Amino acid sequence: MAIADWTRGGSGIAYQACASCKAVWYFQRGFCPACGDANPVSRQASGAGTVHARTTVARAPTEELRARAPYVLVLVDADEGFRLMAHGGPALEIGDKVQARFVDLAGKKIPYFDKA
Amino acid sequence: MSWITGVGLTAYGKHPGRGTLDLMSDAASAALADAQLERAEVDGLVCGYSTTMPHLMLATVFAEHFGLKPVYAHAIQVGGATGFALAMLAHHLIDCGVASNILVVAGENRLTGQSRDSAVQTLAQVGHPAYEVPLGATIPAYYGLVASRYMHEYGHGEGDLAELAVLMRRHASLHPGAQFREPITVETVLASKPIASPLKLLDCCPVSDGAAACVVSRSRSNNFAVRIIGTGQAHTHQHISAAASLTQFGAAASAARACHAAHVAIADIDYAAIYDSFTITLTILLEELGLAPRGAAGRLAAEGYFDYDGKLPLNTHGGLLSYGHCGVGGAMAHLVETHLQFTGRAGSRQATHTRRALLHGDGGVLSSHVSLVIERAS
Repeated sequence: MAIADWTRGGSGIAYQACASCKAVWYFQRGFCPACGDANPVSRQASGAGTVHARTTVARAPTEELRARAPYVLVLVDADEGFRLMAHGGPALEIGDKVQARFVDLAGKKIPYFDKA
Repeated sequence: MSWITGVGLTAYGKHPGRGTLDLMSDAASAALADAQLERAEVDGLVCGYSTTMPHLMLATVFAEHFGLKPVYAHAIQVGGATGFALAMLAHHLIDCGVASNILVVAGENRLTGQSRDSAVQTLAQVGHPAYEVPLGATIPAYYGLVASRYMHEYGHGEGDLAELAVLMRRHASLHPGAQFREPITVETVLASKPIASPLKLLDCCPVSDGAAACVVSRSRSNNFAVRIIGTGQAHTHQHISAAASLTQFGAAASAARACHAAHVAIADIDYAAIYDSFTITLTILLEELGLAPRGAAGRLAAEGYFDYDGKLPLNTHGGLLSYGHCGVGGAMAHLVETHLQFTGRAGSRQATHTRRALLHGDGGVLSSHVSLVIERAS
């Protein structure tokens, strides 16, 4: 089954893992950034995680996004061991257990976390 | 070892109609006059970048424009750390014998040369183009995320951050070239409009036009006796999503390298010039560098510890937060101010008994770190 990746138009969070050194990371590439192994495995994340940091953005960078402001950005520690940036609900706090769904933002599906 | 033989700094704020090369020329002319050097005596040139005048070869463009024929010239870029990285490079080039008098110059019309949206969007590109920027992230948002975690770990309140904005404004009020000179209070900062929580408008540095320059030399060319005695860097990540920690960055490692090269300890530092793009940046850097205990930067600022006549004078020109931030020139103003302090030319901001400065800058989102130790020679 193909792995859904929101950065490529899908509704899912993809990550990579190294079979050699067991490293896990988020930004896709063709090798392991920890040991250099040339055969990383792409995996589908569950969308479950914990809020590590959060900010409410009041000053949006573009006209299109200004219509959505204020919006909450979070850094979430995914249960699989990598960290990602996403949108989140307004009441989220550091330490909250969360689950991802996918919403439209500026013509694109993006991950949005709610309290689990 | 290298000498800083001259410095130049424009006022920061609005310079309508003045472009990148105009502003760079102003600062370069001032630095050469300060160093008592002619153009023909300048044999090295290093510069950064300008967001209003992107160019593959800014150094040679400037050399041609200003009238230099250096034996060594190029540009480098590490975001906000570029100014100190240029000084570090010049220091090593002097050490290696590549050139004798190296002009370090930066400037741009970042405020009047583009729209506010354009500035915000250009700067946001330090974020990841696929994984961060499409989420509507901005530089203040990246730092807002860092702030939320750092304050969570060490117990800072928003009022603690605000104290640093108040301090920078207090210093800027004593500098005629500062962009913002009206005194502010913690209440003013807390009531300023929200940008990216917990950061509010007055927690963020402004966008400015301006330029700064210095000359780094093998030999003294005048009576000034200010020298670079140690430098260091550390680079831990580019994107905040990929940072290993939001509480430990590369600042301490970078400063340790600079102090080691200078044969000094952090305890020997009696003047601080620290990058302050946001109040949280200054808080984290002061605390990670060991210039303030964790959680205490705001309290020390409130107590006058960092005032120009305090125990550890900090950014006595007003820093990025109030003197202003024109890009690469932003942190170079910290270096210029250090030189003015060490040559007794800081006027009503003059600190006494300062002899060794730690300068520290970061680029990206606390991604690239550069430290300099600068000394007043006796």
